[in-house]
Amino acid sequence: MSQEPLTIALVGNPNSGKTTLFNALTGRNEHVGNYPGVTVEEKYGQADSGGQRIRIADLPGTYSMTAYTQEEIITRNFLLDHKADVVIHVIDCSNLERSLYLTTQLLLIGLPVVLAFNMFDRAEAHGWRIDIAKLSNLLGVPIVPTVASKGKGQDELLAKAVAAANDPAASLARQAIPRYGDDLEQEIEKLAALAGRLNLPGVGHPRWLAIKLLESDAETIGRLQAEADGQALAQVMKSADDARKRVAAMYRDSAEIVLADRRYGFVSGACQEAVKHTVESRHVLSDYIDSVATNRYLGLPIFAFMMYLVFQVTFWLGNPVADLLDKGKEMLAMWVRTLGPEGSIWISLLADGVIEGVGAVLVFVPLIALLFLAIALLESTGYMARAAFVVDNLMHRVGLHGKSFIPMLIGFGCTVPAIMATRTLESRRDRLATMLVLPLISCGARLPVYALILAAFFPRRVVLNLLGLSMTNQALLLFLIYLIGVAMALLAVRLLRKTLFAGEAGSFVMELPPYRLPTVRALLRHIWVPTWMFVQKAGTVILAAVVIMWTLKTWPQLPPDQTRQFEAQRAQIHSENLPADELSQRLQEVNIQEHHDQLLHSAIGRVGSFIAPVLKPCGFDWKISTALMGALAAKEMFIGQMGVIYAVHERPGQQAVSLRQALVHDYTQLQGFCIMLFILIASPCMATLAATWRESGSIKWPAFQWSYLTILAWLVTTAVFQVGRLLGG
Amino acid sequence: MMEHRETPALPVMPLSVALVGQTVTFLGVDGGNGITHRLAEMGLTPGERLEVVNRGPGPFIVDVRGTRLVLGQGMVDRIQVRTVME
Repeated sequence: MSQEPLTIALVGNPNSGKTTLFNALTGRNEHVGNYPGVTVEEKYGQADSGGQRIRIADLPGTYSMTAYTQEEIITRNFLLDHKADVVIHVIDCSNLERSLYLTTQLLLIGLPVVLAFNMFDRAEAHGWRIDIAKLSNLLGVPIVPTVASKGKGQDELLAKAVAAANDPAASLARQAIPRYGDDLEQEIEKLAALAGRLNLPGVGHPRWLAIKLLESDAETIGRLQAEADGQALAQVMKSADDARKRVAAMYRDSAEIVLADRRYGFVSGACQEAVKHTVESRHVLSDYIDSVATNRYLGLPIFAFMMYLVFQVTFWLGNPVADLLDKGKEMLAMWVRTLGPEGSIWISLLADGVIEGVGAVLVFVPLIALLFLAIALLESTGYMARAAFVVDNLMHRVGLHGKSFIPMLIGFGCTVPAIMATRTLESRRDRLATMLVLPLISCGARLPVYALILAAFFPRRVVLNLLGLSMTNQALLLFLIYLIGVAMALLAVRLLRKTLFAGEAGSFVMELPPYRLPTVRALLRHIWVPTWMFVQKAGTVILAAVVIMWTLKTWPQLPPDQTRQFEAQRAQIHSENLPADELSQRLQEVNIQEHHDQLLHSAIGRVGSFIAPVLKPCGFDWKISTALMGALAAKEMFIGQMGVIYAVHERPGQQAVSLRQALVHDYTQLQGFCIMLFILIASPCMATLAATWRESGSIKWPAFQWSYLTILAWLVTTAVFQVGRLLGG
Repeated sequence: MMEHRETPALPVMPLSVALVGQTVTFLGVDGGNGITHRLAEMGLTPGERLEVVNRGPGPFIVDVRGTRLVLGQGMVDRIQVRTVME
């Protein structure tokens, strides 16, 4: 019975609770193919029902089978290519008409359909009485009420889906076929007869083709052109064109609009018979919140304040934990050093390389997790859509519209899912322009770099105490860096829209979902997935880079006579009978000097010195330059590299020099700020470039992205450093 | 932009001049079959009523068939509506 797994496709409008149902149906056995929050690709999970193994595909949300965006094309093709045995259409009961509109089209694709009436409890609480049996009869499909967030109705839903899939012929025979009225039906029948003669069941059955031809659907025509015989197709296209003209003349509207209108008519009719008491109340609370959150004067300040809060809270809660972890890391490194004889290469690799390098990155995991929590909150409550509304005017001035801002918000977490989220944009030019500037939106991986620099160069001070909410200089500076990124992204978009992607911004239509309270489980998942990816990256790519870095900095070693000189200096200091404080300070100075000479002598020092002149105008020496090369692969690598460069081999009785102390010893505040700027702007990480390549379909876009950002970084940082130096920074 | 068609009895106007709380009949979008189709599929079919729920500095939030839609700044000028006489 359970030989072949059955495939169920989960389809629905955006915000219908489809992904919640997916998670409920599959438990936690899902393959994480997507970043949370952006279902822009199908993802699969496993389930079973009565011994039947089931594979469930969660498809991106869509309003219809006419695809306008990349993600909708994915859903549409998945269904048209019959990659599933049965379709579960997830319906938001409080949005019945619009949801059932999609059903009218799903009924035509030739797959058995089962409807899941999700959030059924909420609809009932709002006074809706839905006659399930009657509606099921009218549409000719099984309907199962579910409450995905509470796990209700799932077993029945799966059982019905399996039953429908096991007897597709009977299911299809029962399914209602929406009729469009005599005039339109005549045109459809004529076109269907012609389309049937093309004999292309792979593209769709005749009625489906006829309707799509009548709608002049670009995607379908493209498929036909790829597969059909040229002459036969030309005849069909001519007939379709004539039919469209007749319909337009008769209804004074183009055929696709008339068809959409008829489908809504069919749905409204069904709802009138089967649904009672359609009082609209689900928006009351949402509207109340929105009267403030989307107020034309308050909206933008509220948004700015929310973003500020994100960074303040991330820092306020995350930093103490990060400090603790940092101390733990130091202790671990010290303990490891006591395990073997002084000068042991293996101990050095473990302590100075792996622990200092990878550890320096892992220390910041709490900050990353908090940042993702904040973004998950913005998204799952529904606020993100409001933000898109609030900034629409601003985005319009740079040649985009509010919807482009949603990928940007996601980009505060990680640029890769942000680039994938541009799939929700209809226009390709909007999409490319957004994609190219997304790396300027500072991502989570850059946060550790800022955290390190801020903690080292800008000791925490409360600068403003407002209603019990204290603003620290660190949070303000961090906010400033993010603002610089956003401002540059907007400027860059404006330039791109004037040059490479000239023209009007696409049209902006978006559904505004009601506010929702996210479940703890969903939030935890939103935090866990990206945080775990960050940890995995530290354990693989960064570990490898750190080991290479350590090797290059350890060899060649200082000649013995120089080492002896430093030993002599230390002996000299010990013999001077100094007080403990001064003793350790003097010793530390010698150690740092020795370390410095060793570094310059090592392979990495030589490479760094070679490239340093290029970055000298930015205020960077060879050590920073070297670490920045590491940041090419991943931004947080900068810390790992600096950790390795500055890992000072302690001797018994001496204090360790932390990375922060070492930085302050070597650089000024201005240089610290310049590091943050450069990390913000320059060279997107490998993963970002790869995503841009994949999503744009051409290597020239990531190449352009890398070059313009790196040049921009050099120019901006140089300007800031040179001006800052003149001002005495 | 539609002034020349305005009549006192049934004024046709761009959505951008509608007031918060006003209910209007959707007629169509200037220039763009694609977007009219998109709107129709999201429930805003010609002849359907919509209520202006909120207007920001540019974009609008409207209620159509019990759903809230955001219509962007560039669009509200091009959407033609007719006042509903209550």
